[in-house]
Amino acid sequence: MSKTSRLLLSSAAALLLASASPALADKASNTLNVAFSAEPEPLDTYKIAGREGLILARHVYDGLLYKDLESGTFKPALAESWEQTGPLTMEFTLRKGVKFHNGADFTADDVVATLGAVSDPAYGTRYAISVDWIGKVEKLDSHKVRITMAKPFAGAIEMLADALPIYPQAEFAATGSEGMARNPVGTGPYRLVEQEPGVRYVLERFADHYAGSPKSGATIDRIVVRTIPEMNTQYAELMSGALDWIWRIPPDQAAQLESRVQVVSAPIIRISFVNFALQDGTPLADKRVRQAILHAVNRQAIVDAFAGGASEVLKAACNPVQFGCAQDVTTYEYAPEKAKALLAEAGLADGFTLPMVFAAMPRPVAEAVAADLAKVGITLQLDELQYAAGVGKWREGQVPAFFSNWGSYGIGDVVFTLSNFFGGGADDLLKDPELTEWLTLADTSTDPAVRQEAYAKALKKIADEALWMPMYGFNVNYGLSNDLSFTPHPDEFARFWQASWK
Amino acid sequence: MVSYLFRRLVVAFCVCIAVSMLSFGLMFMAGDPSIAIAGQGGSAADAEAVRAAYGFDRPFLVQYLDWIGSALLGDFGQSIYFHIPVTEIIGNRLPVTLQLGALSFGLALVLAVPLGIAAALKPNGLVDRLALVLAVTGQAVPSFWLGLMAIVVFGVWYGLVPISGADTWRGYILPVVVLTYSALPAMMRITRSGMIDVLAADYIRTAYAKGLPLRIVVLRHALRNAVLPLVSLAAVQLGILLSGSIVIESVFALNGLGRLAWESLLRADLPVVQAIILILSLVYVVLTTASDLLNAMLDPRIRGAR
Repeated sequence: MSKTSRLLLSSAAALLLASASPALADKASNTLNVAFSAEPEPLDTYKIAGREGLILARHVYDGLLYKDLESGTFKPALAESWEQTGPLTMEFTLRKGVKFHNGADFTADDVVATLGAVSDPAYGTRYAISVDWIGKVEKLDSHKVRITMAKPFAGAIEMLADALPIYPQAEFAATGSEGMARNPVGTGPYRLVEQEPGVRYVLERFADHYAGSPKSGATIDRIVVRTIPEMNTQYAELMSGALDWIWRIPPDQAAQLESRVQVVSAPIIRISFVNFALQDGTPLADKRVRQAILHAVNRQAIVDAFAGGASEVLKAACNPVQFGCAQDVTTYEYAPEKAKALLAEAGLADGFTLPMVFAAMPRPVAEAVAADLAKVGITLQLDELQYAAGVGKWREGQVPAFFSNWGSYGIGDVVFTLSNFFGGGADDLLKDPELTEWLTLADTSTDPAVRQEAYAKALKKIADEALWMPMYGFNVNYGLSNDLSFTPHPDEFARFWQASWK
Repeated sequence: MVSYLFRRLVVAFCVCIAVSMLSFGLMFMAGDPSIAIAGQGGSAADAEAVRAAYGFDRPFLVQYLDWIGSALLGDFGQSIYFHIPVTEIIGNRLPVTLQLGALSFGLALVLAVPLGIAAALKPNGLVDRLALVLAVTGQAVPSFWLGLMAIVVFGVWYGLVPISGADTWRGYILPVVVLTYSALPAMMRITRSGMIDVLAADYIRTAYAKGLPLRIVVLRHALRNAVLPLVSLAAVQLGILLSGSIVIESVFALNGLGRLAWESLLRADLPVVQAIILILSLVYVVLTTASDLLNAMLDPRIRGAR
């Protein structure tokens, strides 16, 4: 379906829907009906990347810790307390009386078996960064474990906060990853009672969920999750009362739905950016040219026109809600005349042609950037690619400018952002030794002050040198039945255990 | 007839192999599958791990032979996305597509043939004009638009049928009607034009002259020859319906093969994509071969044709 026909169709459907009368949601049977556009992956959290599967998994499983996003603090979950016992060792005292969904008791063996298995490269955990810091996991007694880190990593606690779920040892040993995908068993507030992979999932409130859990207090009995790929169909279902919760509604559609159902827009950690490759002899090697580009693009207008909702223009190369995302950096206001002057200074008064690959970004946004740059004489050659093809070309150095987005795994710490692009890895074509050094220090230190200072230095340099064009932070629009109370979070993990009926 | 059948089967097999090889190659040309599988947050190291784990670092020919060898034995490997055997996923999704395709095809055929005949009996008559309107709108109106309008009117406004999913048979009503409406025009028009040609033939005039009633002339004498082009067209239409209407499956949230193919393509789930392509090319080959054989049975002159 072409974009134009989609747009026409959406408008027609929205007009027709506007005259429809909404039915009651499924408050009566205390069942929350949820739709995702994308098919959730199997619920072995360690093997998956898609947010849909991860959301379901967080209802089924628990981690040792939990991060309270409101206060930014870590709370005890399966571990009732923990302490840093050495530069590379942490000890966790586990909660007693916790039951898995299959009735098994939660003990230190479960932690040792799970974290031990998934940190073994042979297991094939999807994101190495999430587990490659785990060196050794030892049982100290039935409810006490020690984790020895393989390397210093400041994101360790973040990871242990619900991103690394604990599986039941006996079941996991017997059935492995496939078993956990087919028959997920956790300690979470909901248990999976029915699944047709990728299609339909039914979760039921776990009556024996442990007291004192940061995820306790669920009031909704059943959650039925279906995959409905067509957004217009989701709107129709939401209107007719067959759905209570949908998300990722495009801004224009959100505005149209607002009169019929609840629409909530919430900022998320995912950010968009343009990354520059600074090959010698090319215009982008000149700092003034990069600065000119930053001055030439009217990012506020782009946000207003295309992102809407809770989105905001970014100052630095990270999301301000993340730990370490210093905001005291050089910013570039929209000033086309200044951009022209900088280009003239760089000897490019007549402009130049810049190829830019964009992936996982809407074409209209890329075209808006091109239109702004055209006003100062820069002809942007747009090349839209699938994400894999785009990032592949970037890593091979074939792309001078790459426009995409980054979600930091939904984690509020720049340790999952900056090093990927400036820490010397494959996505860092610059390989600036100073930046790499600061980021390594910040990523490995356990002292928040040291980390903050090092990140600030790195962000300042990135901004001063205009190595990146930070674009904007994304937002997610949720469509909710009028009966539902739901609070979105910036990490894009829907917490249905906190949802309730009005 | 046997040698005709044998020749058609050999050609069919070669077509399947060629399609599978081509599609296998195209998947690799569309970007590095390792990066796609590693996901948007995947580092280069993650992509490398995927490359090694799934053997994407092996030479292309080795990968292809490995895959086709297992596929011929019925083993399509594991889905990279769902971590379960491909045959299991396809086994789950195929019934939806089969039911949707078969129902729509059956309904379209049942409506198209009588309507085509009725239109042909009185060209430019009322039935013919109505059939023309039906054909033009059926071909001109995009099925996704029709689907969404049907959802809004019958699902939202009147609440007569489910909007999405195939939990009960009622979930099939709207998608089958919409698909039928799209498949109907071509079959009806080819029946009509075939019938008009045949009805003008000398042997029909002779049949009338012998005093045979209209019903016998049309159904026994004319129809057999008039349906020859319809058989070939119907095979293709059925192929299209069975290969899964991605759009209709998406609009009505039916988790059939068409949607699975599309989603798997986007997430570089190679084993699933390859299996579906092979199965669908087989479906087409079987259907076109069957239609050729049916035509050969209906018209003995075709059997002798080289």
